[in-house]
This record gives sequence, C-alpha cells and structure tokens, in this order.
Amino acid sequence: MKFLVAFILTALLSYAAGFYLPWWSIAIVAFIVAAAVPQKPWKAFVSAFLALFVLWVGLALYIDMENQHILSMKIAELLFKSHSHALIMSVTGLVAALVAGFAALSGAYLRVDKKSAV
Amino acid sequence: MRLIPFLISSAVTIGLVYTLNTRIGPAPALGKFLSPQHGFWQNAEPADKNFSEELRFPQLSGNANVYFDERLVPHVVADNDADAYFIQGYLHAKFRLWQMEFSTHAAAGRISEIIGERAVNFDKEQRRIGMVFAAENMLKEMEVNEFTKLSVDNYTKGVNAYIETLAESELPIEYKILGYSPEKWNNLKTALFIKQMTKTLAFSVDDLPLTALRKVFSDDQIEILYPQLQDSLDPIVPKGTTFAPPAATAVAPVGADSVYLQKKDSALKMALMDQPSKDNGSNNWAVSGAKTKSGAPILCNDPHLELSLPAIWYEMQITTNNMNAYGVSFPGIPGVVIGFNDSIAFGFTNAGRDVRDFYEIKFKDNTKKQYWFNNEWRDAPQRIEEIKVKGKPAVFDTVAYTVFGPVTYDESFTTPLTNKKAIATRWIAHDPSNELLMWHYLDRAKNYDDYYNAIKYFTVPAQNMIFASKRGDIAIWQQGHFPLRWNRQGLYVMPGQDSSYMWQGIIPPDENPHQVNPERGFVSSANQRPVDGTYPYFIPGGYDVYRGLEINRRLAKMNGITTTDMQQLQNVNYNPFAEVVTKLMKKYTNASSLSADEKRFFEMIQQWDLQNNINSKAATVFQVWFDSLETKIWYDELTQQDSVVYAWPYENTLADALTRDSAFSFIDDINTTAKETIYDVFAASLKAAIPVLLQMEKEGKLEWGAHKNTTVYHMLKDAVMPFARKGLAIGGGKHIINAAQHSHGPSWRMIVELTNETDAYVVYPGGQSGNPGSKYYDLFIDTWAAGKYYKAWVMKKGEEKNAKVKWTMTFKKV
Repeated sequence: MKFLVAFILTALLSYAAGFYLPWWSIAIVAFIVAAAVPQKPWKAFVSAFLALFVLWVGLALYIDMENQHILSMKIAELLFKSHSHALIMSVTGLVAALVAGFAALSGAYLRVDKKSAV
Repeated sequence: MRLIPFLISSAVTIGLVYTLNTRIGPAPALGKFLSPQHGFWQNAEPADKNFSEELRFPQLSGNANVYFDERLVPHVVADNDADAYFIQGYLHAKFRLWQMEFSTHAAAGRISEIIGERAVNFDKEQRRIGMVFAAENMLKEMEVNEFTKLSVDNYTKGVNAYIETLAESELPIEYKILGYSPEKWNNLKTALFIKQMTKTLAFSVDDLPLTALRKVFSDDQIEILYPQLQDSLDPIVPKGTTFAPPAATAVAPVGADSVYLQKKDSALKMALMDQPSKDNGSNNWAVSGAKTKSGAPILCNDPHLELSLPAIWYEMQITTNNMNAYGVSFPGIPGVVIGFNDSIAFGFTNAGRDVRDFYEIKFKDNTKKQYWFNNEWRDAPQRIEEIKVKGKPAVFDTVAYTVFGPVTYDESFTTPLTNKKAIATRWIAHDPSNELLMWHYLDRAKNYDDYYNAIKYFTVPAQNMIFASKRGDIAIWQQGHFPLRWNRQGLYVMPGQDSSYMWQGIIPPDENPHQVNPERGFVSSANQRPVDGTYPYFIPGGYDVYRGLEINRRLAKMNGITTTDMQQLQNVNYNPFAEVVTKLMKKYTNASSLSADEKRFFEMIQQWDLQNNINSKAATVFQVWFDSLETKIWYDELTQQDSVVYAWPYENTLADALTRDSAFSFIDDINTTAKETIYDVFAASLKAAIPVLLQMEKEGKLEWGAHKNTTVYHMLKDAVMPFARKGLAIGGGKHIINAAQHSHGPSWRMIVELTNETDAYVVYPGGQSGNPGSKYYDLFIDTWAAGKYYKAWVMKKGEEKNAKVKWTMTFKKV
C-alpha cells in the first residue's frame, strides 16, 4: 500500500513540478516523498524508480504516438546511431528512473534509523 | 537517519543530476534533453496539430487574421502594412526562429559564441571583410526611409513578440542541442541577413588567385585561361544588339599596362583556394502572350542556392489595404522576395558581376594607425572586434579602415595567397543602400513603370530582375551598382598608395543590360555574361554559359506554351555541356586502341542520350572522364610553383578551347619531353578514369543518382545528419536546366501565368516549419525531387470560410 502511495505521489508530483521547475525537480520530489512515506530504503528506491520510468516513458510514448515517431527516430539516430524509437524511449525512462531512485534512497535513509532499516 | 548510506546515495544522486545536467563535448545535457516536459520531446509536434490560435498584442493597430492552408502556407490579411509586417515577423519567428538567428549570427561573425573556438577564424573573416560595417551602413538608410522604417520596425516587434512568449521548453531543438537561448531581434539583424545573402551572391572574386598566377603567366596567358568572353555565350541581351555610346568612361592610370598588368609579384604564393561557390546560379525567364496558349505572359524562376533545412524560403501571402503579394520570403526580412501580386510577377537570378576589389596598403608601422595615401600619412580608423567564444575567453581583433574599405588581410590575418601583406577590400556592399525599398515597391507594383522605378533602389547583390505583367509586358534588367572600370582593372590586387587605381564611379544604371518586350517574345537569364563584347564597359565576373544557351534554344522553338510546358522545362535533365564535350571525346578517341574496360565505358559515352537522369551510368562516366581530362590538361602548367594546386579555369573555357583549337597549347604535358597531342590527352584521361569508374561500379555508385546523391543538409551539416534528407531521387546537375547538384540546386521553383486570375505553380525543397520534429519540416521535398508542383492558392477577399483554410490565427489589439 505504502509502495503504491509513494509510487503515485512521486509520479504525480514530478509531473506537476515539471511544468514549473527544471527537469531535476524529479530528484527533489522523489527525495521528499521517500522521506515522508515510510518504506524500507530499497522499496523507496524501487517505487521512485518505477514511478519516474513509467511517468517519462508514458509521457514520451504519448508524444511519440501523436508525432508519428518523426522526431524520436531522428534523435535515436543522432544520439545512438540507431533507428529505434523504443531505444530512445527506454533511455529516457532509465535516466529519470535512476535519478529518482537514488534521490528516494537518500530520502529513505534520511528518515529511517538503524533498527527499522533492516 | 543512517548517515553513511545517506551520504553515499545523496552523493550518487547529486553526481547523477550534475552529470545529466552538463554538456559533454558536443552532446547536450542528457537529463534536460530527454525530459519529456523540457527536452526534445517537446519539439515532437503532433501530426494533427491545431495551429489555430487567438493572439492579442498591444503593438497592433488593428485586427488581422492569418489563414493557413493544408501546406501550412499562411495567408495574412491585415488592415494595414504595419500589422502585416508585425505578423510576418511573428510567423517567421514562430516557424523559423533558430535559422533566422543563426544566419544573422553568422553574418555578424558571432558563430564562436555558439559553437566555440573552431569558428573563430570564420568570425574573424566576417568582421574583417566588414560585414557588420556594411549592415550598419544599410541600417541607417533603412531607418531614414518612412516605408522601410515602418516595415523593419514592425517586423522586429513581431519577432520579439514571439520570443517574449516563448517558454524554455518550446525553444527550437537546435538551441537545446547546442545549449543556448535566443536573444532579442533588432533591425540591424535584418540588414545583416541581407548582407549575408550579398556575400553569398556578390562576393566571389578571383583577384587573389589570379594575382598569384601572374608569377607564372603573363596577363595575356591569363586572359586565355580566364577569358572575359566565351565562344559559346548566348547573352541575356542577344548578340548583335547595338549599344549606345557609353555615358561614362574610366581612364586607366598612366603606366597601368606595364606596372599593373605585367608586374610579376614574387611575394604572393599560389595555393589551393577555398573557392567561393560558383554554383550559386539560377534560371529565370518570361514569355510574352504571343508565345503562350492562353495569350497571357508566363514568368518562371528557379534560384539555385545551397539546399538547406530549415529551408531558406518561407512561402506566404500578404494582403493589406495597399498590397496583395504571394511568394516566398526570407525569414529575417520583411516582404515577399520572389513572387507576384494582382498585376505583376517578378523573379531573380544572380548577375555574378565582380563588385569587389583589393588594394595593397602600406602602413606606417605595425600599429596600423596610419597608411600612405596620396603622398601623406593618413589616419586609419580602427574597429576593435570582440569575438566571444563559448567556453573560452573572448578573442580581440583590430581592423583598420582605409578610403577603400576595411583592411581584410594583414600580418594578423594571413592566407597563403596574401602572405603578410596588408590588403584592403573595396566592396560595393559597403556603400549605403536600401535594398528593402525595392521590395516595398515591387510587392505593390502594378506595371512596368512601377517595376522600373522599384529596381533602381537595388545596389547589391546585383540581380537579373525578370518581370511580367497582366498588361502583357515582359522585361529583364540586370540591376545593381557596378564599378566603372578601365579594361582589365581590378582583375588583380591593385596598388593602394594613391587614388589613381580607385574606381571612377559606377556604370550609369540606365545603361545596365536590359530587354523590354523583345521581338523574340521572351526574356531569360541563367547567370551568363549579360552582353556580348560590344557592350561599352569592362564587366568581369563569374559567368555560366550552358544553362542560358539551352533555355534560349528551347524557348525560341516553343509556341502555344502552357504552365505544364514550363514545369517540364524547369526539370529538363539534358546536358548541353556534355553535348559539346562528348563530341570531342568521340572525335579524339581511337576506339581500336582501347583496352576492354576503356572500350566498355567509351561505348557508354557513344550511346548516351545526354540526359543526366538518375539511372544514367553514362552521365557519371562522362563526369569522371571530364574531371580526369581537366587534370591532364591543367595540372602540369598550373602547379609549376610550390607544387600547390590552384582551382582549374572554368569548364566552358576548356570546352571552348578544345573545340576551337586541337593544338591548344595547354594540351602538352610540360613535364615530358614528348609533345602530347589532343588524341594523347583524351586517351590518357580515359585511362586514368578507369580505376575510379571500376571502383564506383563495384560500390554500385555508377548510376548518376547514386553518384550525385542529392542531399538537403540541415544548416548544422554533418553534426545533425538525421535532420538531413539524403539520396533524393532527382536527376540534373551542373550546366543543366534542372540544376540539382549534390547539395545545391533549385531552392524555389515558381511558374506564374498572368491570366486574369493568376495561375501559379510552386515548390521548394523543404517545408514551412523549421522544426525537425514537425511533419511540415520537409513536406515538399519529395514533390520537389519528383519535379512536381503545388498549385498556389491565392486567397481572395471573402474566402475566409473556404475549405482550403485549415487553421486560423487571429491577431487582435489588446
């Protein structure tokens, strides 16, 4: 349950923050959510990781469908010499997921003490 | 809190964020770039995007609407000119902001700010040839004229109105890739844009390499290599036209023959010059109603430029209370540049005349503050140029200005051709002028007199300005300011120590070459020399021959012409240059003495229909063989000094020389004791071409289309190849009416029939949007490559509800 709450909160707040703040606001959101919602650190990591992976891939996927892959194919070629829009999308998700995951991990470690963090 | 794990994971987080927020080499900061809410994804435009919008601006004085058709061509309907130019600026910025800024940064020598150190030399040269100086002189003229002041002021306001509303996430993708943001637009940038076009079209001269060649050749020999007149010339003003005696004459200074033309100059070296593109050609023609099926004149134009994305042109219609013009505009300047209105049509090709000369300056000392002129030391005002460099300290450069113009070359800016000499540039483009005013009048012109009145405001880059009207007139004027020269003045670097070698005025504009309603029923130009040798002025330049010849040959035979005929004519792939040269190849090749491979390729030439179609192998064989022939003929003589190669003379010079004289002296290889004949040189050149051809055959690149590989590059070239369109299926090439070369060619094809209701067909190799993430980015390219056209929809009053209107943008005063 807490996992789901953290997941949803991280995704939603990151999305909202994205309208007003720089991209790295996802780290702040993940950190605060993990500090506020009590979870074991590894769970905090996974919930934030998944939240941002799903959020960024979801947003990218929507944009990409609407765009009929015009730009994603070009950027995939530009960055990775590949014509795969799935690849550029995965990298997009992974970048956000890692940042959010480690930020959440930090948040979780800030909150937990030694005993509860088994 | 668990301190150690907290610190470790926090460090990892911060490290990750920092790394992903930092540019590494040429790569953008990945975190920002990949963010779907900030980065490139925001530029991925929905394919079914709705461009309709309601906009309000305090800068407007009335209401206006922009109606977009299905090709995203805007039809601007405004109450007055001021609002129309505001909207044009807004639309240019909305669809082409990055390109406008990048090209004007390039003009001003500010590319180092964007891409760093490697552009410093480019920037220095831009400053040293006086690009900003020229633009400043133009700006003053633009701002003292009420019409152009109104247009540039409002255009600038429109561009800035867009920039002000632009969120960071909406920046064009090039800003995100290169990592910078747009600055405010200003009127100077519009002048800079025009000066950049001027540099593209009226800058190329051979003065430095020709000066270097004098080390080896006399002026007479150079005249053979770089003749002023070509045998095969079919000028814009037909041969045999009688010219009135000149109203002005330039007098050569005493001793020019011995001192200037014959002088050997040992301080100058030969080198492979980075030759300015000779490919900036174009075609235009207009036929009178007597030759058309409808009885109305038809005007056609296809300016050849570097093919680029975002495209250099932006198509639009502008309607106000005093104009209704349709055509293409340059993102960066107000007005319609090539197009038509309710009464007339107009177009351009480049004149290619030499309007830039060099003078050698003697400075008093290396402070460059004074120079010797007319027996005294004169002050040279200095301009300190600060070149900002991305990621590095700024570079400062001092440019001295003389009576001639800026000192482009000196010991702080050298080339192998100038060594450490101080050489000043005298360039027409530095003179005050207001080219925009021509377009102001031309966009509103109703008849020949209006056109004639409009073009006199145009100084540089000189153009062959073609005209046709609904009244039935056709005309062409080669318009611009041209230095009044004595014979062979300015072919080489001139002495700059007194006024005796200065230009002695300009050729009276009324005597510029022109044709008005000629008996033959058509006017045309294709960058050829405008007149034959009887024209009473010395007019050096870089001229083409064959396209003009072929166009005139075909137009002369055509009657009952339709717009479809004209579309076919613009797409003709017949190679008139090959017609001349293959005759020589066949005449001077002894088939019985050829090897098997030589014979095979020679037979391709024998059977070739002279069409440079995409699947023609013979077209490639011809090109490779001719390249080889040029090397065999020129290399030995032209590389006598320092073993450095100099760009070959024009191809038509060689074709003319070999046609005229089978014993042309340059045929002989001066490095052998034997005396080579014309048969020997054709055999040797074919032999040398064989390995190249076999290699191409092996790689499957022998077919003309594959060999040529027509490509529309993005302006950032190799850095963003996925934004380019490669391997386009289009024939044609150099010397051919369909002038599509590798990355150069017809940048806009237009056919306008001036019937009561104008009937126009248009296409350009690009699309209305500059965004690589938009389907409108390259929408027209395949149509263009296929030689097809769009029928222009010329919107009329009351057609606001027409089904052709896909989106409407309303502009209201706040």
